[in-house]
Amino acid sequence: MASGLHNSDIPNPVLRWIDQRMPIFTMMQKEYGSFPTPRNFNYFWNFGALAMVNLMIMIATGIFLAMHYTPHSSMAFDSVERIMRDVNFGWLLRYVHANGASMFFIVVYIHIWRGMYYGSYKAPRELLWMLGVVIFLLMMATAFMGYVLPWGQMSFWGATVITNLFSAFPLVGEWIVTLLWGGFSVDNATLNRFFSLHYLLPFVIVGVVFLHIVALHITGSNNPLGIEPKGPQDTLPFHPYYTAKDSFGLVIYFIVFAGLVFFAPNYLGHPDNYIPADPLVTPAHIVPEWYFLPFYAILRAVPDKLGGVLMMFGSILVWFVLPWLDRSPVRSMRFRPIARICFLLWTVSFLVLLWCGGKPAEEPYVTISRFAAAYYFAYFLVILPLLSRIEKPLPLPESISRAVLGGGPLPAGAAAKPMEKA
Amino acid sequence: MADSGEATASGGTPRRDFLNLVTASFAAVGVGAIAWPFINSMQPARDVLALASTDVDLAPIAVGQAVTVMWRGKPIFVRSRTAQEIEAARAVPLNDLKDPQTDQARIQRDPWLVVIGICTHLGCVPLGQKPTDPRGPYGGWFCPCHGSAYDTSGRIRQGPAPLNLAVPPYAFTSDTKIRIG
Ligand code: HEM
Ligand code: FES
Repeated sequence: MASGLHNSDIPNPVLRWIDQRMPIFTMMQKEYGSFPTPRNFNYFWNFGALAMVNLMIMIATGIFLAMHYTPHSSMAFDSVERIMRDVNFGWLLRYVHANGASMFFIVVYIHIWRGMYYGSYKAPRELLWMLGVVIFLLMMATAFMGYVLPWGQMSFWGATVITNLFSAFPLVGEWIVTLLWGGFSVDNATLNRFFSLHYLLPFVIVGVVFLHIVALHITGSNNPLGIEPKGPQDTLPFHPYYTAKDSFGLVIYFIVFAGLVFFAPNYLGHPDNYIPADPLVTPAHIVPEWYFLPFYAILRAVPDKLGGVLMMFGSILVWFVLPWLDRSPVRSMRFRPIARICFLLWTVSFLVLLWCGGKPAEEPYVTISRFAAAYYFAYFLVILPLLSRIEKPLPLPESISRAVLGGGPLPAGAAAKPMEKA
Repeated sequence: MADSGEATASGGTPRRDFLNLVTASFAAVGVGAIAWPFINSMQPARDVLALASTDVDLAPIAVGQAVTVMWRGKPIFVRSRTAQEIEAARAVPLNDLKDPQTDQARIQRDPWLVVIGICTHLGCVPLGQKPTDPRGPYGGWFCPCHGSAYDTSGRIRQGPAPLNLAVPPYAFTSDTKIRIG
């Protein structure tokens, strides 16, 4: 478009005046109003919107907690107790923030699972998918550093163990660890920088989520059938159809969230974190937060320091190349009878790892973790590449509208288009 | 969506408008209910409110002397006024005052004057507590920030401040002790 005022059709004169000079209302209308969205979404497609709301809740509660929190090793624990006891609604802010992190991981795990099951990572959505993996890594870093802030026993020893992971790297390992610590052990300098970064990273996440959405709105959403919409008969305007569906999902999400916060606020936490940090005494059984357990189990399954660390990081980094490991042109597992079963087994291996990660590092959990970890990697590195060649997919429906509305003749325009190969 | 908006069951407001209104109202109430804990968390916490009273022992303060104590993070001026100072404060006709108040209305027991040491202009701490401080033309306090002068009753007499130095809530807990707050 040439320069000059934007040709706006917003009816309200004040909004139109703004829109002509800065067409944000036109953009909102295009991206969230009339945006053509596949008509066959199921509830798995709610989780991106839920993640967005969850991110905003984390930022809001976090900013208000930071008004009362003191990032000093001799005052942090007490300042958190003060938030719980003295600050008006401090208990609510803290419980919403802590359980919000758990809710965030639940939501994002389901969101990722959706992407894997329905093949949303495949062309043309590879970059969208990879931005999602970046978001997930940033979330893990943010959550880890957040858990250090209350400066309880689990904070301190979790920080010690996780930062020491980097010491496994040859040559630079020790240097990296000292750099993370700002000293020779986890101490006040570590706490200070973790607070600074814990405040920063969520805003970096906001930035990457924005890019994630930009990429989504170029390719458009995938859908449970994994076939592209062929015309207007296959889509609905985002508003009101999916604003309404997302709002309904949001209400259910809030009910679950409120249930956790008000009835089991410490269920997902660890009681040892209500003991102030003590650099001289390690708790008998240190475990990370539940959402890190699958990766922690992989770490412990490998009887070699560097090997364990590499496998642990590799278990997430492998997601980056998933679009190129799975070469099958069929996206949705609904039409891949063998891959579907293998993927559901992968889901089981993930949950088994989650369970083993919370158990002590002894038999039978170690052996179970090894089998589960082996399958976790085999799915990505062996099964998917192999199935891409040998699996015979079920026939794909002709179009979304055909599949969801049942038979009937295709509208002329759509029928004229060649049937999608994928 | 024009068609769905026109579905009028009983000839009144379209049903869609009614639903929109109800939904929006519920959302508004929800947002308000969520906003309140956030706003309230910024108000003084309970440990701050617990520090809300301060005890002062008056026995060591000689006539003509003044001490400054902290109450809720603010300076409180406690002055044992001389007979002349009390005399001067009571001799002033009320209509000479910018914020008319008798000296008797501002004290509980002679010779004690207890005021919050914050200039009512823009919040500086006026001079006049130490013997070496300038006390301004009215012998009370003088605010160096923008030149407000207070008299021996802490009343504003000259300069931009609109009000007298405020009297905090306090009570005598014995003949020589007060509790502020
Ligand atoms: C802060 C975390 C995240 C936020 C706020 C977020 C937000 C969103 C939103 C709003 C959508 C569109 C709605 C939907 O399809 O559900 C979306 C789509 C998508 N997200 Fe995320 N996301 C996050 C994390 C992730 C992660 C960690 C991954 C993968 C590793 C991921 C992968 C995808 C993919 C592949 C799509 C397109 C799905 C499709 O159209 O089928 N996202 N995201
Ligand atoms: S603040 Fe005292 S005169 Fe302005």
